Amino acid sequence: MADAVLEQTVDHEAAVAGRRRFWSRVLIYGLLAIFSLVYIVPLFVVVFNSFRDLPEISRNGLIAIPQSFRLDAWPQAWDTYCIGGACEGMKRYFFNSLMMTIPATIISTALGMINGYILSKWRFRGSEVLFTCMLLGVFMPGQISLLPWAFLLGKIGLNNSVYGLILVHVIQGLSFTTLFCRNYYVNIPDDLIKAARIDGAGFWRIFWKIVLPLSPPILIVTVIWQFTGIWNEYLFGVVLNSGAQQPITAALVALSTGGTNVRVFDVMSAAVLIGALPPLLVYFFGGKYFVRGLTQGAIK
Amino acid sequence: MSIVGAAAQVGAPGWRDRLGKAVPIIVLAPSLVASFIYVFVFAGWTIYISLSNSSLLPTYDFVGFEHYEALWANRRWNIAYTNLFIFSVFYVIGAMAVGLLLAILIDQRIRAESFWRTIFLYPLAVSFIVTGTVWSWLYNPTAGIEFLVRNLGWSNFEFALTTDRKLAIYAIVLTGIWQSSGFAMALFLAGLRSVDQDIVKAAQIDGASTFRTYRKVILPTIAPIFLAVMVVLLQFAIKTFDLAVALTNSGPGISTTFPAIYVYDLMFQRGQIAEGAAAAVMILLALAAVLVPYALYVVWRRRKESGNG
Repeated sequence: MADAVLEQTVDHEAAVAGRRRFWSRVLIYGLLAIFSLVYIVPLFVVVFNSFRDLPEISRNGLIAIPQSFRLDAWPQAWDTYCIGGACEGMKRYFFNSLMMTIPATIISTALGMINGYILSKWRFRGSEVLFTCMLLGVFMPGQISLLPWAFLLGKIGLNNSVYGLILVHVIQGLSFTTLFCRNYYVNIPDDLIKAARIDGAGFWRIFWKIVLPLSPPILIVTVIWQFTGIWNEYLFGVVLNSGAQQPITAALVALSTGGTNVRVFDVMSAAVLIGALPPLLVYFFGGKYFVRGLTQGAIK
Repeated sequence: MSIVGAAAQVGAPGWRDRLGKAVPIIVLAPSLVASFIYVFVFAGWTIYISLSNSSLLPTYDFVGFEHYEALWANRRWNIAYTNLFIFSVFYVIGAMAVGLLLAILIDQRIRAESFWRTIFLYPLAVSFIVTGTVWSWLYNPTAGIEFLVRNLGWSNFEFALTTDRKLAIYAIVLTGIWQSSGFAMALFLAGLRSVDQDIVKAAQIDGASTFRTYRKVILPTIAPIFLAVMVVLLQFAIKTFDLAVALTNSGPGISTTFPAIYVYDLMFQRGQIAEGAAAAVMILLALAAVLVPYALYVVWRRRKESGNG
């Protein structure tokens, strides 16, 4: 009898707890769903509108379930749309950005790895102080170096050129890449390096044979960080370069703020997606490393 | 460098040794020199220009703080830093609040966690230019959110933030929060995951509700993360340029101009490089005002921790 009562109350309590749990789950997933809608809708809007026809967009607005489908906007945005007087679409600016981002990423990452290797495994007197000074570069606002860059690049004949931007991004990126790699290499046991040195391995041999094979995680983080950062950069692209030499971010601004008042949302959507696609692809394929770079960059 | 290495092998062992020691320094030198020029010479030069009477081209006649006085007397600069202040407060608080809420939601042992995380974080992969451009369409009263809601039946709904001088800054705030709250979420989540689970379990056994456990036990232990997130977001805010350019292009009128935009205008649109440099130095000082105390605090905390440990 007593057992039965006890069982009943336990059942009752379990039921209450279960119901509470159920509703708290509903609340959690409900909130997550609402927020993710807010986050994902802008992306859907651009993707859908790049395939809708213009009259339908003006009739139903930008945020609507597509009722038309056509591909015309994409070749137009890529090839023939007029931006700031030149009717060549986004392709030129896309390749400018590519020509700038890939070398700048590779060079700044390679240098950052070597620097990080030295500053963690070949420390010398004063190397910590030098490292701290290099770190200051992470916090420098672009505005403070705008004029010096403009005059320096003018002096060495790299003004209004993609090569000038490569130089800018390599040097500005050095402090980030060095920081990332140094903080990663610090965790490689010193004994490993010592043992190799006793075996007669030198600076480069240790780097190639020991440090580099351990590097892929940090290499991916650094490459993703540099690639998205440089691809998305706008300030230097618009200040140091003009016209046909500008990167895609500057072209996007010229496209959406410039000239005609007729809003060709279909072509502009495709153009925006062309500009956003490379970093988005990097994000969707390397998301884990992207987040790791983010949290490392911020907290350290 | 391999040539140097080979040459060294031929020489006497003493030489080889000394050269071997020098290799790291020689390899590091170019990066160091470049970084030093970038950090110190560039900043020093800009500071000097701000104290000179340069206009279209740099000159080196020292005029003292004239351009700073002119800058602070300027109405446009006034609007710019007021905007920066408003933006920083709402953006930092907003992004932290949304980020924390999302982090706590994701921390509830939910299904498909990485799916949700991917959605909340993707804005960060996209440039401010792309975000700003797309949101400028969404704020467009005849095509975007206002149009949608009115079509749904609320015919008096108003959401034309970007065409209103007083409200346009809040359009930038909202978009900034949209872009950055995922970032705050990632940092908070990393913090939540680092909390000792035994303490959490102890609180739950004592009968504390989830809400109470977070408020009394979990959040206080990740207090340093709050500070770190705040500092990083403030740094973003002070550097705000791309987002405001793409979203409102300083408009309507000059109501959403920012210090970083004003620097650009002074230097490259109006040819007043000394005053532009002065404005750039103010941005540097604002960053220093945020970062220097934080850096000192971090050093102090580390010392304290290592002292206790």
